[in-house]
This record gives sequence, structure tokens and C-alpha cells, in this order.
Amino acid sequence: MSTTTAADDKRQPAGKGEKLADWADGRLGIYTIAKANLRKIFPDHWSFMLGEVALYSFIIIILTGVYLTLFFKPSMQEVVYDGSYVPLQGIPMSEAFASTVEISFDVRGGLLMRQVHHWAAIVFVASMLVHMFRVFFTGAFRKPREINWVFGFLLLVMGMFDGFLGYSLPDDLLSGTGVRFMEGAVLSVPLVGTYLQMFLFGGEFPGTDVIPRFYTIHVLLLPGIMLGLLVAHLFLVFYHKHTQFPGPGRTNNNVVGMPLMPVYMAKAGGFFFLVFGVIAAMSAIATINPIWSLGPYRPDQVSTNAQPDWYMGFSEGLIRIMPGWEFVIPGGYTLNLGVFIPLMLFGLILTAPMFYPFIEAWVTGDKREHHLLDRPRNRPVRTGIGAAYISLYLLLLVGGGNDLWATHFHLSINAITWTIRIGFFVLPVITFIVTKRICMALQRRDRDKVLHGRETGVIKRLPHGEFIEVHAPLSQEELFTLTSHEQPKPVELEAGTDENGVVRKAGMAQKLRAKLSRGFYGEDNQIPKPTADEYKEITSGHGHH
Amino acid sequence: MSSETGPSKDVSEEHLPSERVSHGAVEPAGDPFADPGLPPHEHRRQDVDERAAKSSERTVALLFVVSMLATIGFIASFVAIPVDRITYIWPMGNISALNFALGMTLGISLFCIGAGAVHWARTLMSDEEHIQERHPIEATPETKAQVLSDFRMGAAESQFGRRKLIRNTMFGALALVPLSGVVLLRDLGPLPEDKLRHTPWEKGKLLINQNTHEPLRAEDVTVGSLTFAVPEGLEHDDPHYMEELAKAALMLVRLEPEDIKDKRELDWSHEGIVAFSKICTHVGCPISLYEQQTHHVLCPCHQSTFDLADGARVIFGPAGHPLPQLRIGVNSEGYLEALDDFKEPVGPSFWERG
Repeated sequence: MSTTTAADDKRQPAGKGEKLADWADGRLGIYTIAKANLRKIFPDHWSFMLGEVALYSFIIIILTGVYLTLFFKPSMQEVVYDGSYVPLQGIPMSEAFASTVEISFDVRGGLLMRQVHHWAAIVFVASMLVHMFRVFFTGAFRKPREINWVFGFLLLVMGMFDGFLGYSLPDDLLSGTGVRFMEGAVLSVPLVGTYLQMFLFGGEFPGTDVIPRFYTIHVLLLPGIMLGLLVAHLFLVFYHKHTQFPGPGRTNNNVVGMPLMPVYMAKAGGFFFLVFGVIAAMSAIATINPIWSLGPYRPDQVSTNAQPDWYMGFSEGLIRIMPGWEFVIPGGYTLNLGVFIPLMLFGLILTAPMFYPFIEAWVTGDKREHHLLDRPRNRPVRTGIGAAYISLYLLLLVGGGNDLWATHFHLSINAITWTIRIGFFVLPVITFIVTKRICMALQRRDRDKVLHGRETGVIKRLPHGEFIEVHAPLSQEELFTLTSHEQPKPVELEAGTDENGVVRKAGMAQKLRAKLSRGFYGEDNQIPKPTADEYKEITSGHGHH
Repeated sequence: MSSETGPSKDVSEEHLPSERVSHGAVEPAGDPFADPGLPPHEHRRQDVDERAAKSSERTVALLFVVSMLATIGFIASFVAIPVDRITYIWPMGNISALNFALGMTLGISLFCIGAGAVHWARTLMSDEEHIQERHPIEATPETKAQVLSDFRMGAAESQFGRRKLIRNTMFGALALVPLSGVVLLRDLGPLPEDKLRHTPWEKGKLLINQNTHEPLRAEDVTVGSLTFAVPEGLEHDDPHYMEELAKAALMLVRLEPEDIKDKRELDWSHEGIVAFSKICTHVGCPISLYEQQTHHVLCPCHQSTFDLADGARVIFGPAGHPLPQLRIGVNSEGYLEALDDFKEPVGPSFWERG
């Protein structure tokens, strides 16, 4: 193959590679597929690689995970450790824990694969979250991509839970405490809590069923569903064609960039190796989850600094700041709101993003396809909502490690807890307002730049002594980019009467929608972009006043 | 900020927008913000200078060669370095030599492939931007009409709408059949019954020191220390050892009897020794931090704080009720013994707890 040149092709119409392709085409129709995709255009922006990081870390997790299953024993059968790690010799522990220690100390490269697996999982969830923020703040979730947003959301949630199950499998003291926490949360569910707990654990906590059950869910059920969602997610990316940032030559009806073959094959394929390489190096130099120093799980022991992996941290924050509200209601039943409310809030905070595209589409009444991305500043309310969400998330993350904040910064844990309790309600509001203001200020700046040009920093003295700063006009590209965004108008209540003269009253939903729509696009919530007339008036020289 | 300064007069020629060569520019008459079209392609050094291109080629090849060497290094490390060798490597400290060597060589071999491919793409492959048209995702009205008519024809031919008996029984069958799957889940676990209400403690059971495995005497429990105990007869080879331990774990402290503020707590104590469940009433973590001066205990998981001098009342944190107390006394031989099981369920709260 490699010796075949263009000249050879002419003499030999079908080389070996072509013959093979012909064979495959006769059975799979690959030429038709390749015709549409081989030179498919992808736009370029650094933020588009975040989703790629997620994809590649998922592949790394699968590769290393399969390796780990060859050695890991998902059993809670008690054994006495007699392996090579001296401090644990003679200590009774579950087979799950013992086999994890064996992978770490007796299998050559086992520790590396464990650490690559765990680091990749952390990178996986982090990159999904950041990717989702990119999609959110640029409005890439709008029609026709709402369903792909939901697929991505499901991948994030399942990734989180699969991570939780995965780090619970070694049955060590830290993760066992996390499972105990989960048991307490399940017990708090009104009416059916004890039943759920018994069915989940196959009896009383901890029993001997929970690790094997977690194992099946961790290696088969969730990854299987995730793989399906991932394929669907990528298929839709191809089918919709990628979004692009606005700029000269880029419209809602085209896609500007470089072809899949060769540029993106090399870049994206190469990027997989970059991600894998970095994670392998991280696993060489940074220990993660040293279960041997934590020891096997015992329900009567605990270590301090009991934190989950970072992506579960916000749920930990919720449970830590909640007051202990527990009531016995008439009939002699206990309502454990101190645990149940955080459990519900956990679900709410987690699932709220899934609904956002549909809410925004409803509020703005926008039914068109969008392939050009928004600059976050041009959608102050959406950007504000996203920033408020992040602030709440980070606040709860701090709450989840309030003991660490207390010990590291010598603060009172009670004060931290109370600060977070108040901040839970106050911080998102402040963040929303501040972010919206910043976005509007940036819009004003864009407007000034368009109308008056860029500040050059050059000071000039006029003949009559006045000093002025020279402003340089923007290029046509910049003028276009800064003014090409749409500024939607709020939806109005459909007025008065219909075509037969019958008075129609706006329903509650209609009113709410109009109100929210004004909140998004009303006069106070976006800065009118400069019009051509304004620009001409100023640049024609009569604009001086 | 600068409405005084229009750009037209105070700016030298070089700051004015120049005429641009661009393709696809359609400027509606008089629109100053018109799309100038895709900017012209700018050549990289490698596109015009073959020596620069050669240099890029060598860089890419070098990266691939380094990757090959690193893979050989990986195999050599695997064979040569014993699995239990610990080496000091700054700044990480004493770490597994094999893990470090394997991870670094694997990382380098992978990273160099990636770096080579990306460098190749960025410097040698064409970086000319292309334009592809998008097509609306929605079907044309004709397609839609065709599909709807096909669907109606299929539905009519099936007689689904006409033969209600078939339709209704089919829905019935499909709705019922998943029940088999739900029923099968019944044996995932036993019913709760009163399992959460009882612990292995009962009248006459001795308190066994968890560390020494010896029965505790009153004088073993000293002021200012937290002592952990399990019930006698709870052995490691018991098939339900972990479940029993998860409920029975006990902590003891000695207080001055006059410091005990709660009447019942005093009644259930022995010479100021009080015994409480070690399992936090919040979500079940074992409580392990004791503050001698205040007699507060703190759960390290979520910082619920209980006052052991006042019926283990919750004074801070998310726990919803006090720690259950175990009534204790001494038997005729002077050993501490339980006088009863806990009077209420230990551990996290649940619906039927009451």
C-alpha cells in the first residue's frame, strides 16, 4: 500500500486497499457513508475540545476497567490478608478489599491501571461538566440540539453515579462510610425507606450483597447505557453538524472549518493520545485513593476528612449544612426532613439543567434552528443563571469540605456552616445580579467600540491645546462580528380580541411567559446594539458635539 | 467615554480600514456592518518555505521515535524493576519505582504519538478553511405528507383502530407483562419487620473492651477518655458479625455524676459512667471525636455534635435526635453489664421509627 503512488494507480486501477474497500462497500455501503463524512467540515475553537476530553477519558476508563476486572474479586466474603503489604497482614477483610490490595502491590502495573482508571474517572466527570458549561453559556443547546443536551446530561449523571459505585467497590474504610451515608439517605425516604434499604443491601447494613450488586451495575448496566448514549450523542453531533462562533463568512446556514480527513483525524486522534498520556503521567506521580492506608471497612470505625470524590461533594455540602429537622407526625411515623430534604435538593440541583433548554425556548418563543453560538455577554440573563448555578455548586462544594476549611484556615466550623446556610439563599442571587451587570457593561463596551473605535492609547494635542485620545476604527470583520448577534424582543401578550371580535383573556401561563420574556429580553436586560444610522451619523463627522 | 472623538479626522491613514480582498462578500448598499466574508487564507511558513516544512517533518518523526523508545522502556521496566521496590523520587517522596517507571514511560509513549499527530496536522496539513452548507433538519412538506399518508395506510391496513377488542387486550397484556419482572425483584432482600429495632445488647451481657477484648470493669473507664465496647458473644466468625457490629457499637465515658444534667441519663449510668450508641443518628457514621472539657462528641462525617452530659442532646449539626443510651450496671463480679437493649432504634432515623 505505502509504495503505491498516483502513477501506480493509473496502471493498476484497483490496488489492494481499494479491493478491500470495494469488498466492504458491497456489504456495508462504505463509499456512500464516506462520501458524506470523509471531508466533513468541523469548525475550530479551543473550547470544542472539552467534550473530546470527556470522550477520550471514557475510552480510557473502559480499557483500564476491563483490565481491572481480570483481577478484582467483587466479594464480601471475609478473608485474612496474607499478601505482601506488611501493615495489613493478618487483618480480616473482605475479598474485594484484599484483591484491590493485591492489584496495588502484587500485580505488576496493577497499581498504575487502578490509578489511571480513577484519575480518568475524575477527569471524565470534570470534563463533562465543563463541556456542559461551554454548551450552556454559548447557547449551543438551542434547537435542534435540545435532545443532545439531554443525552449529555444523562451521561454526566450516570458518570457521577458510576464513579460513586466504582470507588465504593474496594470496600475500604472511606468508601464504606460513603455507602453507610447512602444507607442513611435511603432510610430517610418516607413510607418505603426501610424497604428500599433492605432490598438494596439484601438485609441489614452492610450485609454481603452490596458489593457484588454494585459491581454488576458499575461494570455492566451503567457503562452499557452510557455507551449507547455516547454513540447517540456523537451521531447527533455529526448529523446536526457542529455549531460555530459568529464571524465573517460564518452564517447560520453554513459551517466553516477544516475537513475531518486529514486535519481532524490527526488532531482528534492525536488528542486521544495526549489525554491518555497526561493521565498516565498523572497516575505515575500522584497517588489516588490509597486504600491500603485507609484499611478495610468496619461499621464501627471511621477516618476523619471523610470526603467523597469531588463530583459528589455538593451532595455532601447539602447534607452537612441542613439543620436536623426530624418530626414525629400523627400516627407515630417519623419524617426525617434533615436528610430527606437534602436528598430531594440533590436530585433537583442535579436535574434542573436538563430542563433549561425547554424553558428558555418556551420563554423566548423561539422556534428557529440555531447553529451560530452566542457570546455569553449578549445573553445576560442566561449567563447570570449559569453563573448563579456555578456559585451554588461551588458553595456546596465548600460545604462538603467544611471540616477541611476549618482546619486549614483556622475557622470555626459552626461559623462556616452558618455562612453556607445563608449563602445558599443569598449567593446565587448576588452572583446573578453581578454577572448580568457585567454582561451588560461588556455589551456597552462593544457598542462604544463599534461606534467610536478602539482606544489606541495614543494621546494627541489639538492646535487649540485640547488633548484627546486617538480612537482607531474597527475593521470590517470586527464591526460585523460585534453587531451580527440578534437582539430578540420579548414575547407580548396576545392582545384583546381574536378575529371574531371575542375578547380573549391571557391565561396564567401566558402572563408568566410574557413576564419572564421581558426578564430575558426587556429594555433593562440588554443594551441595544448600534444601528447603521447611529454609526453613519458619528462617522460622517457630524457626530461631534 | 469618547463621544468627542470621531474616528474620521484625528486618525492617520494607516488606522483606517483598508480595502480587503475577500470572497463571498455581499454588501447591501450602505450597511456599514455588512459581512465581509471569509478572510483570505494566510500561508504558514511551512506552506511557503520547504526548509521549515522539512523541519516540521523531522519534529514529528522525532516525536514518534521517542514514543517507540518509551514503549521499549515500558517493557524493560516491567521486566527489570521488582514490584515491591520503593524509591525516593523528589518531590514525591518514597514511591513505588515500578509504578513510576511504567506510568512515565506509558505517558511519554502515548503523549508523543499525540503531540506528533497534532504537530503534523497544525504545520503540514492544509489549514485552508472550507465552507459547507447546512440543510434544514425538518422534512419538506411533501416528505411529511408522504410519511403521514404511509402511516395512515399502515394503520388502516392493520385495522388497529377498528378492532378495539384487539387493541385493548394488547394494551392490557403489554401493561401486565412487566409485573413479572417487578415481582422477581421481591427477593432482593427481606422485609424490614423489626430488624432495625433490636441490637445484640440484652440484660446481663458484659461490655467487652473493643481493643483488649476483655470484659470492662468500672475502673477501666477513666475520666477524660472515650472507651469503645461491644457486647459479649459477638465474635468475628459470626456470619452476621458486621451487621450486629453496625448496631451494637458502644462508647463509654466517665462523668462526674453531678455534671450529668439529664435525670434519665443519671439513672441509666453507673458511678457516672454513661454508655451511648456510637452510631450517629444522622446517617450512621461511627462517632469518634470526644472533647474532654465539654463532654461533647463530634461525628467526623457531618459534624453533628452531641452533649454527653445532657442526654446526648444534639447541639450542632444535621442530626435530628439524641444518641440512644444503653442502661448499664455492674454484675456481682464487678464487671460492667447491660441492663437492657437500647430502648429505641440506633442509627439513622426512618419512617416507622416513631
